[in-house]
Amino acid sequence: MAANDTHQAIETVFRIERARLIAGLARMVRDVGLAEELAQDALVSALSEWPKTGVPIHPGAWLMAAAKRRAIDGFRRSKMLARKHAEIGQDFEDQRDSSIEDAEAAMDDDLGDELLSLIFTACHPVLAPEARAALTLRLIGGLTTDEIARAFLSNEATIAQRIVRAKKTIGNAGLTYEVPRGKDRGMRLASVLEVVYLIFNEGYSATAGEDLIRPALCAEAQRLGRIIAGLAPNEPEVFGLLALMEIQASRLAARTAPDGSSIPITEQNRSRWDQLLIRRGLAALERAETLGGSHGPYALQAALAACHARARNADETNWKKIAGLYDTLRDVMPSPVVDLNRAVAHSMAFGPEAGLKLIDEIAEAAALRNYAPMPAAKGDFLFRAGRFTDARIEFERAAELSRNVREKEFLLKRAADCGS
Amino acid sequence: MRVMVMVKATKDSEAGIMPSTELLEAMGKFNEELVNAGIMLAGEGLHPSSKGKRVAFDGPARAVIDGPFAETRELVAGFWLWEVKDMAEAVEWVKRCPNPMLGPSEIEIRQVFEAADFGEALTPEIAEAEDRLREKLTKR
Repeated sequence: MAANDTHQAIETVFRIERARLIAGLARMVRDVGLAEELAQDALVSALSEWPKTGVPIHPGAWLMAAAKRRAIDGFRRSKMLARKHAEIGQDFEDQRDSSIEDAEAAMDDDLGDELLSLIFTACHPVLAPEARAALTLRLIGGLTTDEIARAFLSNEATIAQRIVRAKKTIGNAGLTYEVPRGKDRGMRLASVLEVVYLIFNEGYSATAGEDLIRPALCAEAQRLGRIIAGLAPNEPEVFGLLALMEIQASRLAARTAPDGSSIPITEQNRSRWDQLLIRRGLAALERAETLGGSHGPYALQAALAACHARARNADETNWKKIAGLYDTLRDVMPSPVVDLNRAVAHSMAFGPEAGLKLIDEIAEAAALRNYAPMPAAKGDFLFRAGRFTDARIEFERAAELSRNVREKEFLLKRAADCGS
Repeated sequence: MRVMVMVKATKDSEAGIMPSTELLEAMGKFNEELVNAGIMLAGEGLHPSSKGKRVAFDGPARAVIDGPFAETRELVAGFWLWEVKDMAEAVEWVKRCPNPMLGPSEIEIRQVFEAADFGEALTPEIAEAEDRLREKLTKR
């Protein structure tokens, strides 16, 4: 194998093994920053040795053994051995001559738990959501600081600092590297899912094509969701979120026009929807419902997305079901945007007057006062009710509030269609 | 990116020799790793080509050919669909696969086309025709 190929093989192996390596090491040394350094050191050893010896048959175990040796050396040098021994027991002593096979066996034990505990640690609620997302992408996704910075439209220094601070916070808080059990688990899991969905949305809201990193974030979030679903197979909301992401991602190719403007779901070319992802999403939704989670916020949003996914064309959309789901979602996850979407769904299911009635109830909500979709929706209801003069006023107001040029044009055209 | 990973047939697989318990176990473990890594989207094994058919096209003519087919090494005995970052990652995962057959065997990796790959070739007219087809399908 040419040196270049070996080099690439090592990089790839490391990318695959990285998260498991860091997870195992973090559990052992109780320090996520140190675990990451040790993993990095192991990569450096591999880069110097593997070109000579070839890539070992169990590269993950090799890397783990190398990292552990480094850890022991480090502790000896820093004279922390005695203290650390008390903390981590006989673990290192027993493995002083650790063979690859031992390391391999150790890695198989509780592997899922270790990775899951690392995910829980990186997404701990003591960290702000942006810090959680950056740390998760770094530790589990293996993205570089530069890639994360581009994904969040930030600069590298800011992200690097955010990650360093997050690691310090975790260290100072003395967090245990355990998978939470009992009552705590639900809350901590919600924090993990929030981060995964945040990562997905960073990718999803980006316009396609401009920077490949951002659509790739969707894929990364889906991968994280699938990993967590594999590690926590009895948590309904994990499958709810996975379903939501798979179905939303199925539309990625259809939701932007060649000129970059976004296409509303009712006008998308459905032949470009990814049927494989839809099937996966529907299966995950079914799993969430089987596990008793049909009223979870993610499962409900996935069920909404599924209504669109199941319709072969826009006219066939089951708006009555969507309206009912929004009624439930409003109880579970109240928000002004849910209220607005609920009004739209009701207008589609039961006619414009039903939509007008609901939208008037929420018209005073402060959060929606300068929110362009609000008057845009009301304008649409009025237009469909035949009240063209009132509709024109709403469309013009919406156009005034909109910050998107294309959307503005569209709204002004609708205003013009109302006549004068 | 998406790749299709194809396990090529061998004389044994074409003869309908079923995998041993050990191999099934090893494959199960490998599949679990794929699932836990979040990359496996689908995967199936195929019956020998003796149970398969081919339809040959020549202008308007259609000829049905019964299996088994020659060129055993070129036949597919099973496949996965994976979502990976790049071809190197797919290769690395395939290297970790237990030998899927009793004797020497081969696994082939091919990148899957995505809608975006068709670019301008997928014209609005073709897309519209597909839409009409879907509509027709649902009216049955």
